[in-house]
Amino acid sequence: MSTPTLEKHSKSLDDLEGDQGHLIKVTFRIRRFNPEVSADATWQDFQMEMDPKERVLDALHKIKWELDGTLTFRRSCAHGICGSDAMRINGKNRLACKTLIKDINPDKPITVEAIKGLTVLKDLVVDMEPFFQAYRDVMPFLITTGNEPTRERRQSAEDRERFDDTTKCILCAACTSSCPVFWNDGQYFGPAAIVNAHRFIFDSRDEGGEQRLEILNDKDGVWRCRTTFNCTDACPRGIEVTKAIQEVKRALITRRF
Amino acid sequence: MKIHKYDTVIVGAGGAGMRAAIESTKRSRTAVLTKLYPTRSHTGAAQGGMAAALANVEEDNWEWHTFDTIKGGDYLVDQDAAEILAKEAIDSVLDLERMGLPFNRTPDGTIDQRRFGGHSRNHGEAPVRRSCYASDRTGHMILQTLYQNCVKEGVEFYNEFYVLDLLLQDVDGVKKAAGVVAYELATGEIHVFQAKAIIFASGGTGKFFKVTSNAHTLTGDGQAAAYRRGLPLEDMEFFQFHPTGIWRMGILLTEGARGEGGILRNKDGERFMEKYAPVMKDLASRDVVSRSIYTEIREGRGCGPDGDHVYLDLTHLPPEQLDAKLPDITEFARTYLGIEPYTDPIPIQPTAHYAMGGVPTNVEGEVLADNTTVVPGLYAAGEVACVSVHGANRLGTNSLLDINVFGRRAGIAAAEYAAKNDFVELPEDPASLVASQVESLRDSTGTERVTELRKALQECMDANVMVFRTEQTIKTAVETIGELRERYKNVSVQDKGKRFNTDLLEAIELGNLLDLAEVMAVSALARKESRGGHYREDYPNRDDVNFMRHTMAYRETDSSGKETIRLDYKPVVQTRYQPMERKY
Repeated sequence: MSTPTLEKHSKSLDDLEGDQGHLIKVTFRIRRFNPEVSADATWQDFQMEMDPKERVLDALHKIKWELDGTLTFRRSCAHGICGSDAMRINGKNRLACKTLIKDINPDKPITVEAIKGLTVLKDLVVDMEPFFQAYRDVMPFLITTGNEPTRERRQSAEDRERFDDTTKCILCAACTSSCPVFWNDGQYFGPAAIVNAHRFIFDSRDEGGEQRLEILNDKDGVWRCRTTFNCTDACPRGIEVTKAIQEVKRALITRRF
Repeated sequence: MKIHKYDTVIVGAGGAGMRAAIESTKRSRTAVLTKLYPTRSHTGAAQGGMAAALANVEEDNWEWHTFDTIKGGDYLVDQDAAEILAKEAIDSVLDLERMGLPFNRTPDGTIDQRRFGGHSRNHGEAPVRRSCYASDRTGHMILQTLYQNCVKEGVEFYNEFYVLDLLLQDVDGVKKAAGVVAYELATGEIHVFQAKAIIFASGGTGKFFKVTSNAHTLTGDGQAAAYRRGLPLEDMEFFQFHPTGIWRMGILLTEGARGEGGILRNKDGERFMEKYAPVMKDLASRDVVSRSIYTEIREGRGCGPDGDHVYLDLTHLPPEQLDAKLPDITEFARTYLGIEPYTDPIPIQPTAHYAMGGVPTNVEGEVLADNTTVVPGLYAAGEVACVSVHGANRLGTNSLLDINVFGRRAGIAAAEYAAKNDFVELPEDPASLVASQVESLRDSTGTERVTELRKALQECMDANVMVFRTEQTIKTAVETIGELRERYKNVSVQDKGKRFNTDLLEAIELGNLLDLAEVMAVSALARKESRGGHYREDYPNRDDVNFMRHTMAYRETDSSGKETIRLDYKPVVQTRYQPMERKY
């Protein structure tokens, strides 16, 4: 079997294991809004001591649990899989649970606000319904004709690879709510819905590609994309969102997919 | 208060809930209530795969899978249920593929399979490739595929509705399901859902531990609601500690990493699992591997300055293999630990992962009010339930299987029941319990804080009822939990509003965790043996004479009004496998 690995210790592993934890002073500047209290949104600062290796989500929990129980945000898995905690952190869409304090500049106040383009309901919580409606509108399910096979449908590893990237989507809305076209026109399907259409259009087992392409050929469809790449930058799963949108556009022209 | 009427109501929109919903929506008017959004459930965090003896890549059959499941569960598994699980596994996987799930493929284009802990060829001869997988995000793909098919079927969801109470009614001396009471997060409004059939699919309860792979929202709400209404909880002392959680954080790193060839090493670089499990080595069952890791740590062979972890070594695997088969977990190591798994071993420690116990059901998903009596109209599936297919220790990849097999069964059975039966009349003032609970918490001026009590509970559980237990540690836990339950009566919240009051709901969730932690500790104290995930240092051997039986815990109130837990026991169903000593 392979040899022991202890000689391979890198500095980053030594740093990690030797780290006794040190706290730094950080200011979180959070956009607060609660229509039960006031019709206006305000910025509120929280000064606190955090370990720079902690997540922004840890800081939000610290505020909620120790300083102000009214601070409201969504979260569940806390490691970037469930898609609950997309928010604007220092002006960029990220998941609070995948963003470490050390990876954003903690020397200046860290701003946290709700994602844009969806109605804010309270603090960092937005109305997700328009987002999920756009998703449902692209028929995000396998469409086939004929009789079900007795065993699994065959698919080559290459055909499977063709749409691998877009199967990673966790529907967090980081991409859609980073899109300037979506900010100005809430009717636009938005990147996430197109990503999920892509996932099926390019699946060799699917026979609904034409239908989905027609849906996306709409005036609020794929042609609204202006390739600003905000969505690709925002995706916490590393999906090449803009590329996927371009592939859908190309498929609309060539009708090949 | 609003009243809704549905034939079938499903509580929870994870894998089990949505698998049930796909079936029940076709057959009955169904509503799914979830405290999150459908794709947010923790099914999505499952990584490594779903077991089924497809035999796509090597010889395999469902009988070997049945045996492995029973042995993995240290013979506390109900063998009739395990046989159903293993037999129906094959169609379950094929169903998901036909629904669109993008499994990894073999060169022939069939579903690829890989090795996983405890799954073996011919009754323990060698590891077998039985796990059907989609990269290291199989749970994510199952959750997405099921939600996609719910969209296709037009399943009706009530998102961010917290079910806080179960309504049972006596009808001619029979306790029947009548409905559930839910709290709407957006408005604070209370809703009563009257239903002919109810399925609980509300997930696990891992958040009573500190180091856990579980989501913040896994607070045992379904188990607690059933328990408070007098239904028993089965085998709650059996909790699984997954061997490879990220050091200190508990984030799951799939067993698939070892299935792909990853190796556990101590500070001397030794592949220590060879000592503990000569045949299966790093792929022994999870309870065995977690105990081995802690033995290494206790005997001074742990890594790092404090010797409090070991390594998961993937450095000998080609980077292309890690990129193709384990992209998510290698990314977790980079993001959260700042190390490069191509070249660095990953510091890990066992992490609280899965409740083998829960609300007792039969193989049709019907909930039991005692050892044999069914509660008509009430069903449970997934981690909230105890069928029991996992016994004292669940095998990896058997939970994604469980939610599909028994989610489907419960969905069909509930809808068929709803078609044949009428609504049970709601009790007078059906929302009274929830209304008073919500109001008293919102109005409380008590001095206790949720965060302090929750932290104390989690630290107590990690210290006393984790991988190693003794009479003394469990007694400490029972005592501490009792004190925390007293202090909880004086808890208050800061957010007094109605709109998205997550402060209030965290307080309610803490109440559920405290109730269930107490059941777990009391059940563990009474089980004076070691079996699967329950290891007693003072009773290190399995005792089939006295403890080959399921624990059934009931909440009771004595004549002075004091709450107590009554323990009873239920026989294990044994069909063709006689208990043997468990070796890997």
